[in-house]
Amino acid sequence: MSAAQTSSTVEAGLTHLAVSLRGVTKAYDNGVMALGPLDLAVRKGEFISLLGPSGCGKSTALRLIAELTPPSSGIVRLARHEGPVQPGHGIGFVFQEPTLMPWTSVRENVRLPLKLGGVSKAEGRARADRALASVGLADFADAYPRELSGGMKMRVSLARALVTDPDILLMDEPFAALDEVTRFRLNNDLLALWRSLGKTVIFVTHSVFESVYLSQRVVVMTARPGRIQADIRIETVEPRGEEFRTSAAYSDYCRRVSAALAPSYSGQSTL
Amino acid sequence: MSAQPPIAAKRSGAQRAMRFVLPIIVFAAGLLAWELMVRIKDIPPYVLPAPSVIVLTLIRDWAVLSQSLATTLLTTLEGFVAASIGGIALALLFNQSKWVEYSLFPYAIVLQVTPVIAIAPLLLIYLEQQTAVVVCAFIVAFFPVLSNTTLGLNSVDRNLAGLFQLYGASKPQTLRFLKLPAALPYILGGLRIAGGLSLIGAVVAEIAAGTAGAGSGLAYRIAESGYRLNIPRMFAALLLLSLAGIVIYGVLALVSHLILRRWHESALGKES
Repeated sequence: MSAAQTSSTVEAGLTHLAVSLRGVTKAYDNGVMALGPLDLAVRKGEFISLLGPSGCGKSTALRLIAELTPPSSGIVRLARHEGPVQPGHGIGFVFQEPTLMPWTSVRENVRLPLKLGGVSKAEGRARADRALASVGLADFADAYPRELSGGMKMRVSLARALVTDPDILLMDEPFAALDEVTRFRLNNDLLALWRSLGKTVIFVTHSVFESVYLSQRVVVMTARPGRIQADIRIETVEPRGEEFRTSAAYSDYCRRVSAALAPSYSGQSTL
Repeated sequence: MSAQPPIAAKRSGAQRAMRFVLPIIVFAAGLLAWELMVRIKDIPPYVLPAPSVIVLTLIRDWAVLSQSLATTLLTTLEGFVAASIGGIALALLFNQSKWVEYSLFPYAIVLQVTPVIAIAPLLLIYLEQQTAVVVCAFIVAFFPVLSNTTLGLNSVDRNLAGLFQLYGASKPQTLRFLKLPAALPYILGGLRIAGGLSLIGAVVAEIAAGTAGAGSGLAYRIAESGYRLNIPRMFAALLLLSLAGIVIYGVLALVSHLILRRWHESALGKES
């Protein structure tokens, strides 16, 4: 794959897009088709969810967008800042696990992307503290990751993804391992952050309820090889809150998304 | 619930105390039995010296023995430092290039599996005695450092590695901020083994050198005292060697604990 295929040049008429995938496929080394062909356009500032069964390639799609793996064919295009671009600057990535360095403090974990980008220590610390404050962990900067709960670790991971002020936030089932109450709270906090920061968010999940609650668009994917089964727009009164979670419109959307998802599971003998 | 922690704490405190007290009682009982047996049966000191005689010899011969102890400890330290630097450097080299690893790793294993006692006489032929002794200590001690460091460098969390890639980390940055810290617990484990082994290597080389050289380490003292049937001094020298080994292990374990106590599972209490 050449660098030109993922270049930051934005074509005329596509300036409102943050991410565009065209005919993207990914095959594993053993020849098994994991993904695609996939066509997806995400507008700037949009919050979309990729929803699908395990192994449908939604994480792979995220890794392709992050340029962690090259596509087997097709074009991945990202809109970035104009001018000199620092590697990774335009993208924040939150993994399924908190993926923190256990040997250093929370502040140093959050500062890592800046340290790798050559930002000075003083400025890096100040920005890390701001990012920690934005996820409600200002008091835990000096703690070590093992001293935090699962939900707090995930918040640290989120703060680290936000510390470079990226345009695009990629989240790979970030709250899957958390209990329901913690997950609901993090959902609300994530929505508040998204509203205040105006990032483009691509959120991978296997939970119908989470995807409908969070996103403006739910992209339902089929089982392997992952293709787009349905693209459902969720329209409701913004800002959303807990009342949306209990509304009739919410359960209506959940039913529609579940119906779109059902064929993806039909071929599988076990769930 | 509220009454449970103090009881549990008291119990674990008592248990911890017993872990120190019991071995000491066994040790004292053994010494007492030894002393009594020697006195009752009137065994001459050149057959089996009583503990009291050994301690007296240790005090009387302290001038000679302390010098030998210093010699052996210096050799051990040199071998240990060489093994640590060599083992870690070689592991880093292997980690940077698969070709180097494939080319050299078999020889590291050959060095490890060949008994050092068999290599020592050869080394003594080609090298100056003091150098040969240090090289022996190095050969015995470097392999655990090498293999543990290699293991550690290969145990980096995949997602963390992906994160470093995402943020465009250079190779030196990845090494310094990710691979070395992740490997640290393994490296420290390797060093803990290497400490004891470099003492063994030094002793083996001194024994192989025997009276041929001008060496004056503790192992040389043991061999020399054996020839002169000075059995109490043999025991005294052996006691010093044993104590040196315990102290080396203790110091390295303490250093490892102090470095890892804030984050690594191995250094955390069982309850947390």
